[in-house]
Amino acid sequence: MRNESISIATPAPLLTTGKQKLGLLLAGLGILLILVVWAGGKAVAPVSLSLSAFGLCVAGVWIFIREEYLLRPEGIKNNGVWFSSLTARGIWGWLIGVIFTGFYVCLYWFPEYLTGLMQLFDPLSQALRGTAANQWFVYGTLYTGAVLIMGVKFIYKYRNNPYQRIRTFSVMFFQLGFAFLIPGLLMRLQQPEIYFTYFWPLSYYQGTPMAQAGYSGSELGTFFFFFGLAMFFIGTPVLTYFFGKRWYCSWVCGCGGLAETAGDPFRHLSDKSLNAWKIERWMVHGVLVFVFLVTALLWANVATGRSVLQGYSDIFYKSYSFLIGSIFSGVVGVGFYPLLGSRVWCRFGCPLAAWLGIWQRAKSKFRITVNGGQCISCGNCSTFCEMGIDVRAYAQRGQDVVRASCVGCGICSAVCPRGVLRLEGAERDVSHRTEQLRTVHVKVEDVGILKY
Amino acid sequence: MKIIILGNGVSGITAARFIRKWSDHDISVISDETDYFFSRTALMYVYMGHMRPTDIRPYEDWFWKKNRIELLRARVTAVDFKTKTLKASNGETVSYDKLILATGSQSNKFGWPGQELDGVHGLYSWQDLEAMERHSEGLKRAVIVGGGLIGIEMAEMFHSRHIPVTFLVRENSFWDAILPPPESAMVNRHILEHGIDLQLGTELKEILQDEHGKCRAVNTSKDTLIDCGFVGLTVGVSPNVGFLKNTELEIKRGILVNEYLETNISDVYAIGDCVEIRNPQPGRRPIEAVWYTGRIMGETLAHSICGRRTAYNPGIWFNSAKFLDIEYQVYGEIQAKLPDNQAELYWEHPDGKKSIRLNYERASGRVLGFNLMGVRYRQEVCEKWLRTGAHIEVVLQRLGLANFDPEFYPQHESELVAAYNRQTGKNVLLKQKRGLSAVLEFLR
Repeated sequence: MRNESISIATPAPLLTTGKQKLGLLLAGLGILLILVVWAGGKAVAPVSLSLSAFGLCVAGVWIFIREEYLLRPEGIKNNGVWFSSLTARGIWGWLIGVIFTGFYVCLYWFPEYLTGLMQLFDPLSQALRGTAANQWFVYGTLYTGAVLIMGVKFIYKYRNNPYQRIRTFSVMFFQLGFAFLIPGLLMRLQQPEIYFTYFWPLSYYQGTPMAQAGYSGSELGTFFFFFGLAMFFIGTPVLTYFFGKRWYCSWVCGCGGLAETAGDPFRHLSDKSLNAWKIERWMVHGVLVFVFLVTALLWANVATGRSVLQGYSDIFYKSYSFLIGSIFSGVVGVGFYPLLGSRVWCRFGCPLAAWLGIWQRAKSKFRITVNGGQCISCGNCSTFCEMGIDVRAYAQRGQDVVRASCVGCGICSAVCPRGVLRLEGAERDVSHRTEQLRTVHVKVEDVGILKY
Repeated sequence: MKIIILGNGVSGITAARFIRKWSDHDISVISDETDYFFSRTALMYVYMGHMRPTDIRPYEDWFWKKNRIELLRARVTAVDFKTKTLKASNGETVSYDKLILATGSQSNKFGWPGQELDGVHGLYSWQDLEAMERHSEGLKRAVIVGGGLIGIEMAEMFHSRHIPVTFLVRENSFWDAILPPPESAMVNRHILEHGIDLQLGTELKEILQDEHGKCRAVNTSKDTLIDCGFVGLTVGVSPNVGFLKNTELEIKRGILVNEYLETNISDVYAIGDCVEIRNPQPGRRPIEAVWYTGRIMGETLAHSICGRRTAYNPGIWFNSAKFLDIEYQVYGEIQAKLPDNQAELYWEHPDGKKSIRLNYERASGRVLGFNLMGVRYRQEVCEKWLRTGAHIEVVLQRLGLANFDPEFYPQHESELVAAYNRQTGKNVLLKQKRGLSAVLEFLR
């Protein structure tokens, strides 16, 4: 007997459904419209054009991702991430990398090439800030848009996991509110454009004498200056003690927000080798030292009446701003998402991450605990760690993960197929737990705690 | 002293690592499968594109040289226990002072017509994975035979590549020799939800070939012909000891060892899947082909080799798996059919994808086992209750200690306690929610 219809279940899912094709078409039209306006110079009806261009993009992408995830039963599927050209450093990955990088190069050094694009953002800028769009507004809007749209995608993908849903809602909230709407409204109110979620040393300007002078006319500015200092010296150690550095890096920070949302498809590209870890430690702490030096020089300069260090401090500040502020955090940090993973900046360059990391490593309740002997060494945790931590090395020996770089995104725990990892907090000393809770029923392995 | 380890799976490699840690012996690991140790349990993720082959290697490639563990790629065809030499397929011979056999398992085949055809494979080795990959191009349908842990993995693998899967399960419900009925039914539903063609109560009769000697269809016990370009045989594994048979080494189904993992021949040891333990501990089986037993055996044997003779003690049974999206954990004794002297406490989430089960001794109230679907429990806590014979009501009051789900996940322990109260007419109260500090206090 030949049986053609043996299945009572649904047929094989299509790679791309009709609706998804429609979504791609709409988004493509939107992008085309944006490119035409960008290239074409003066636009005729900016408001309706902006609305339709961005509307098409958002609607198209939304339709696509809804179909992608809601068609399938909930549960995290990383199927094919190492096969796809986009997410496995193929042609599409490189192309997107080049486009991102090119955009940052234009943004920092050749904003004149963005003029055509700016007019599409004018209506929004006028409405929010009461002034015309410039390249930074274009950047901020695209950035926020990416966090929101890709945040929605992230929530669909990880919808079985309340920790991921709530955390992503948080980064979307802080990006939209504190890094977009509030600074815009402050401008409209003739106040300094303040980003409350960025403070020194991530915002290297915020702790300088120039910033203090700039804020001097405004009470809010003066408050922010001291708020930033307080966050650095008091807020960071206290919050990190209770929650780990995740309170900032994967719940609040805008750089982290973009990495967690738009960068999520690339998280597995981070380098997990021991060498990468060695480089990371030198680099990220080097940047922290660098920013300390620069800032100290600037203040010493003011203290000595601009006599001794003037020339040097300027050169230092400018080179920091160029090397770290523009090239590292922007061009490399985001432009290289599809090549080096989503957290290159956070891992190798961010001085605030370094500072938070020191506290997390030295004095924090936060750790990732391991569920006895259930680890099967599969490597999903390490692969999908955006910070390149070899989580498996800890998990397979039953050892708590306490690492300066861990941003507490919780993805290792989410992708673990055996329920082995849990983010949590306890006062008890780390090495104590390492020895007591190994569930290899032999004898305590002389693991101690991995250095750092 | 020269130690040769046959097999670079988790057992052999764990032994090698710990022997190196505690001694300066010469260590060589021989494998015919791959150059480097990889996590066998992660093969499926390579096929599904979650990880690259390098990602499933738990140690970077420089690790072995740095730790002076020599890796040899060869197939050993014979062992001469008298002269203490191994013979490889390329004719070379190697001598040893101590030999550790860690040769793993091989996939079972039960004599079906066509089982040797091209396109018929199990899933155990790297080569099996390569075969799956080779046959996937243009594959219209895969048939998987055998409703166990490997079978459902294979189904998920093909499914992830949008290749239709027919899943033949002999039993009337998935893995029902191990899972109690409601949990087994949950997995049945979940398999169907994914669009996998689950055929329960159906056995493979024969595999038919095309003109090139490749499988083209299977015939089932219901006389249904199913066209397919691949047949996955996932009906269990058995110790890989073929080349050692008819030697003075004592073998039943596996290589027989005592509690010190010693075989009947001095200086020859066996660990991992290939082992059959002569007198297993209560609650443990003589052959246990699971990841962690291999690891524990490797570490245990390393102690003995390094001068501290140590008995193998796997402790209380535990295991875990993932059925597509549903995680599964078990601690202690959970039997598919509840014995008369046991009582069960079972709670299932209304969405039918989560459940918690506690089985306990009816007379004494002693908790015997935990079975979790879609919920994570902490092994150390469950183990302590099982080890100390804790009473079901004591456990229920503090059940939150066991919860290992991520933050913000709903905690269902109170629902389980309520179910107990309904079932028994008692009034037990849940007094403890999840949290690490309380756990550390409890485990002290």
